Amino acid sequence: MEFPILSLMLAVPLVGAIACLFLGAQSARMVALVATLANLALGVVLWLNYDIGGAQWQFVERAEIFAGFSYALGIDGIALMLIMLSVFLMPICILASWDSITKRVGEYMSAFLLMEVLMIGVFAAQDMFLFYIFFEAGLIPMYLIIGVWGGDNRIYASYKFFLYTLLGSVLMLIAMMWMVNEAGTTDIPTLLNYDFDPQAQTWLWLAFFASFAVKMPMWPVHTWLPDAHVQAPTAGSVILAGVLLKLGGYGFIRFSLPMFPEASAQFTWLVFILSMIAVIYTSLVALVQNDMKKLIAYSSVAHMAIVTAGLFAFNAQGLEGAMMVMLGHGLVSGALFLCVGVIYDRLHTREIARYGGLAINMPKYALFFMLFTMASVGLPGTSNFVGEFLALAGLYKVSTLVTLVCTTGIILGAAYMLYLYRRVAFGEQVNEDAARMPDLNAREWAMLAPIAAAVLWMGVYPESFLAPMRQDIAALEARIARAAPHFDADNVIGTPREHNANYVAAAHGEEGAH
Amino acid sequence: MHSILIIVFLPLIAAIVAGFTNKSAPSVFAKAITTGALFIGAALSWPIFLGFVGGTYEPTVVPVLKWVQSGTLTFDWALRVDTLTAIMLVVINTVSALVHLYSWGYMDEDPDQPRFFAYLSLFTFAMLMLVTADNLVQMFFGWEGVGLASYLLIGFWFRKPSAGAAAIKAFVVNRVGDLGFMLGIFGTYLVFDTVSISEILAAAPGMSGATIGFLGYTVQTMDVLCILLFIGAMGKSAQLGLHTWLPDAMEGPTPVSALIHAATMVTAGVFMVCRLSPMFEAAPVALGMVTFVGAATCIFAATVGTTQWDIKRVIAYSTCSQLGYMFFAAGVGAYGAAMFHLFTHAFFKALLFLGAGSVIHAMHHEQDMRYYGALRKHIPLTFWAMMAGTLAITGVGIYHLGAGFAGFWSKDAILEVAYGRGTELGNFAFWMGTFAALLTSFYSWRLMFLTFWGKPRWAESEHIQHAVHHGHDASDEHNPASQEDAGHDAHHPVPSKDYEAGTAGYHPHESPLTMLIPLVILSVGAVLAGQVFAPTFLDDAAFWGSSIFYNEPLIHAMHGVPYLVKYAAFIVMLLGLLVAWYAYIKDTSVPAKAAEQLGPVYRFLYNKWYFDELYHYLFVVPAFWLGRQFWKLGDVGTIDRFGPNGVAWVVEKGAVGAKRFQTGYLYSYALVMLLGLVAAITWVLF
Repeated sequence: MEFPILSLMLAVPLVGAIACLFLGAQSARMVALVATLANLALGVVLWLNYDIGGAQWQFVERAEIFAGFSYALGIDGIALMLIMLSVFLMPICILASWDSITKRVGEYMSAFLLMEVLMIGVFAAQDMFLFYIFFEAGLIPMYLIIGVWGGDNRIYASYKFFLYTLLGSVLMLIAMMWMVNEAGTTDIPTLLNYDFDPQAQTWLWLAFFASFAVKMPMWPVHTWLPDAHVQAPTAGSVILAGVLLKLGGYGFIRFSLPMFPEASAQFTWLVFILSMIAVIYTSLVALVQNDMKKLIAYSSVAHMAIVTAGLFAFNAQGLEGAMMVMLGHGLVSGALFLCVGVIYDRLHTREIARYGGLAINMPKYALFFMLFTMASVGLPGTSNFVGEFLALAGLYKVSTLVTLVCTTGIILGAAYMLYLYRRVAFGEQVNEDAARMPDLNAREWAMLAPIAAAVLWMGVYPESFLAPMRQDIAALEARIARAAPHFDADNVIGTPREHNANYVAAAHGEEGAH
Repeated sequence: MHSILIIVFLPLIAAIVAGFTNKSAPSVFAKAITTGALFIGAALSWPIFLGFVGGTYEPTVVPVLKWVQSGTLTFDWALRVDTLTAIMLVVINTVSALVHLYSWGYMDEDPDQPRFFAYLSLFTFAMLMLVTADNLVQMFFGWEGVGLASYLLIGFWFRKPSAGAAAIKAFVVNRVGDLGFMLGIFGTYLVFDTVSISEILAAAPGMSGATIGFLGYTVQTMDVLCILLFIGAMGKSAQLGLHTWLPDAMEGPTPVSALIHAATMVTAGVFMVCRLSPMFEAAPVALGMVTFVGAATCIFAATVGTTQWDIKRVIAYSTCSQLGYMFFAAGVGAYGAAMFHLFTHAFFKALLFLGAGSVIHAMHHEQDMRYYGALRKHIPLTFWAMMAGTLAITGVGIYHLGAGFAGFWSKDAILEVAYGRGTELGNFAFWMGTFAALLTSFYSWRLMFLTFWGKPRWAESEHIQHAVHHGHDASDEHNPASQEDAGHDAHHPVPSKDYEAGTAGYHPHESPLTMLIPLVILSVGAVLAGQVFAPTFLDDAAFWGSSIFYNEPLIHAMHGVPYLVKYAAFIVMLLGLLVAWYAYIKDTSVPAKAAEQLGPVYRFLYNKWYFDELYHYLFVVPAFWLGRQFWKLGDVGTIDRFGPNGVAWVVEKGAVGAKRFQTGYLYSYALVMLLGLVAAITWVLF
């Protein structure tokens, strides 16, 4: 058996989490930073050792616990990329909490490290129940982070968060039990190739959908997200938007699509309609927000709708595009929440009207904020463009109508993001306290610069990220091909015209004759 | 290393260096580095262009880096150099280099110069990426890149609310076009299974009879693809319907207007149609649309241009109108003529804008022509430069002498080819174009007469009064509200009492050498560019090679049109000149009387056909209203009310007690999960 790197990546933050509980504030911060950086280093090692084009499941570890249920880890390229996203954002979250969290620092750091354990666990789990534990338990530290270190209305926010997720979880658990009973195994790679009866698939799909749609979140079960974001501390928002929102998409790609291809095809239009509504609806709602975090939260719902639409395009571009949107959105929305956090720490308000003219006194901040705004808008050369472009290109093969509606997101997205940017960074300095705010300090620079670099890297040379996933996406595409819906943009090659459109007969006086 | 790599990436490097030394180095460092990069680029571009003119240069593609590979959808970063690119290279780099130089003078006292020069160079890089694109996605990259630079430069004086608003408008309206462009790329990929331009163009004629599903209808494949792509072109090139951002874009500093909103970026749409001309030639309906929209824009913008008072807005509408000419030239199949007008227009329109900038600079940032007058003697070099530009744009030249200014050659060719095309739509375009030429002459001479002739009318200008009374006020420099005035000259003469009537004692001053040199160079272009290059652009099939669809019989038809057609533009030019002379020199009470008599028509034109108002009530207001409804009635009023809050209500009524519910939920949740797991495992085991 090779070196159990995945277990080590779970163990490092777990040890850190326990240690933090018994430490004072400053040492807890240091321990958390060291632990997350160590995990980032392990993640880089993992990525470098990942054999692109090799076995589908790599770094496999398995320990039977008792009949059927086992501690089984292993990753494919898709999981690898999402683990990388998690370990990349974690140290940045610790830095973001460095000064702004002052009470119960040890417990806070502990909660974050525990969340890292559980997130890596979700993506690495190869046993269905192991997955379920990580998947659901990962939310507990998040409840705590919102409920203990959150804003004034944190109880309502965490209650909403809890209520929504509870409903989905119960249904998913029941479906999982049925599946394990039916297939006789809890092993995810085996289940991926198990053909369930199409009739049963419908119910199973709906049960999983209830859980994933909430996590995504899809319209109309999205209303927990703005409240959770608004109340969560900055780092909580970063992880929520950066990683937790990806659990829904990961669920679709790992369970719903490959395990229930027929049902997925059957519900394609449900997903499309909800996605189309989400793009228009939440973009327009984002346009009228006065609270920065709410605005970005609503924009997340719109971006995630591109993910769901792309996933259900049933082709390589749609799937790869959806994955790239998830990765890109994880970076960009995380960075945008950090940008909000930077000025929140100075002025303690998220109200857009309290700022203005920040490009004057905070030029460095304005530059980063501009970059992330443009990335969020999907400017080519940034991470989000690659994802959105691929997802929509794949979607076009399935439905021109859905593509048209979802692509209006690029107009609305530009409108609400630039409107936000204008109100925050442009104009005169109308608020004296905002005008006195100092520019980014070294710590904040260290948070934003790595994300900026990653955003550009992903936009200019996305091959680094696409290559590890290519084989897995191809396998998935092949797996679901049998159920792929027929597309409406059917190109029928006819007899080419004899002449070009502006054909003019060669001799004078006969212009226009055909 | 191929010189194209230096041409394209040097401006990017310069922009990054200039941007990052913003505050840490003297601004002359950023200025020198960016301007130097652009002059190197221009110097390297001309040999490539002349190589194509002389037929010694072969088209080539220089690969740079892998970009995206997803299934069969693959595209890489690569730089394509062919005739079409070479033309754009000299246009972009020449104008950009001169605008960089000009900005040394124009932006001299702005505190943010490194940022300005960094944006200019960034723009140039994006524009070069656009024209060297070998696939549609890289073209889209450049397309959006220039949009970003345009946004940043329009909003350069970001403290002004109007600049911020204009910047957003430019970006968002362009995005509407981009929606079409993106769908066009998706459709093209679907049909051709590639986004490589050369592969698409090779396969396009074979697809001319194909049909495809779109939004539930079955339509002609090539028509729908080309119309979608053309919608993108309409946005970028400010064609009727998507033009509203261009006049507002004049909020940016004047050098920006010259470079981006006259010579280069706004011509990207024309470039795109020409680049994809073999594709459009397989799409007759789309080409009809191109012709119609071009002709309609050319007349629309010209009518509005006749009534505006802001010198930059007049030139902005003029640009919009001239782009219309280029489009209908392309629409009737004369891509060479379209590119030729793009080429000459770049010189004379950049000249007009930079000349206007020089006037504005002299008039202490006053842009309203009602407060100009009699500037001929005060700023003679600017006057002669503007004169060259005006002679060029109005198309002065005589066919039988074979001599004329730049615009004469290209505009006449377009009108002749529209007529020579011999279709109804071609004739429509010809008549619209001829009438627009009349209006062009009128508004151009109106601008000249109002600015340079007559009596001084400066006294009522707030800017001039400001200059006269506060010229030496040091605090003025630091007053944020007057950032627009940041470029003004602080050394004004003390007003004396015995000044000429209407001048308020103000003495306009000629611009510094850095501004005058670009004017002189561009004047040479405005005078000679048509004369020198007409045979190459219009008649040389070998020059074009396979870079555009070259329609030889159409060019023969163009040369065979009646003399009246060949003289039409010249005649209407004289007519426009005459009317302008009568109204603005002979009897200056005419314009006011005419405006009064033609009340509704005048107001319609003055208010730009009410497009802004229409869009405001059609799109902006409903979007915000809907947003509020969705939020308050949808999310809060319905989903939350019946969802989580409803559940809470039920729970509360169920006597569980909200308090207990709220404190215990974490544990109860964990308990539910554990119980579930136990149940699951039990089920599996037994």
